[in-house]
Amino acid sequence: MEQVPLSHILILSSTLFFLGVYGFFSRRNLITMLMSVELILNSVNINFIAFNKFLYPHQLEGVFFTMFIITVAAAEVSISIAIIINLYRRFKTIDIEDTTTMKF
Amino acid sequence: MSGSTIIFYILAALVLAFGALTVFSRKIFRAAISLLMSLTCIAGIYLLWGMDFIAALQIIIYVGGIVVLIIFSIFLTHHAGESLPKPLTKRLLEAGIMAIAGLGFTSWVVYNHVFGPASSIAPVDPTVHNIGLQMLSYSHYGYVFPFEVINILLLAALVGSIVIAIKKSKKEEE
Repeated sequence: MEQVPLSHILILSSTLFFLGVYGFFSRRNLITMLMSVELILNSVNINFIAFNKFLYPHQLEGVFFTMFIITVAAAEVSISIAIIINLYRRFKTIDIEDTTTMKF
Repeated sequence: MSGSTIIFYILAALVLAFGALTVFSRKIFRAAISLLMSLTCIAGIYLLWGMDFIAALQIIIYVGGIVVLIIFSIFLTHHAGESLPKPLTKRLLEAGIMAIAGLGFTSWVVYNHVFGPASSIAPVDPTVHNIGLQMLSYSHYGYVFPFEVINILLLAALVGSIVIAIKKSKKEEE
């Protein structure tokens, strides 16, 4: 089977990563910022799987790291959704420009 | 160019297109649906590489759990059909410069790096059997300790999210 060059996979994942970074810094809405974080975590997963598959196929380390990242992402999303709902209940908005009570 | 290579490039283009829609769309519900499509296409890439278990995990946890949770919270906090307010131009500019500079630097590093050949030791099949055996092994290279730590993290997240989101009665707030 002909193989895709590893650098193309890395370009794919870094483009996805910086799309996520752009969304995280430019958005004003907490839920869309959360979605950008998901994109970032997924780009890292692609990297781990690609390195495991194409450079070190005699190990399963990338698979384990991907599984742990997916689990941490699930925990992170559940906590942040709880925070967002609590914030919405208190301020009636989740726009980060309007919720400045604790802003330094 | 073989068939799997073409499929990989198609899937990669879809991942990037839906990722861009997620980031740029002004309608929050459309952004969530594009995130869902992007994650599904990433699961397709994993399937193409023969990582069946990770693809299944991706579909079950990300698409079936996380995106559904996000859509649920969108319904709780937004009026349907309204588009988001315009982002501030200063922050758009900052974020754009940061992202483009970072992407340029990373691509430059990746293009100038020569990757070694794949290791010649006999490859391990990434089946559920092998993954499970190594995951719960106590011996060398076993992952039972991180597994337990992740268990505790999940338990803490479960309890913590309930405690944070619980509605306090009027008496307790005073």
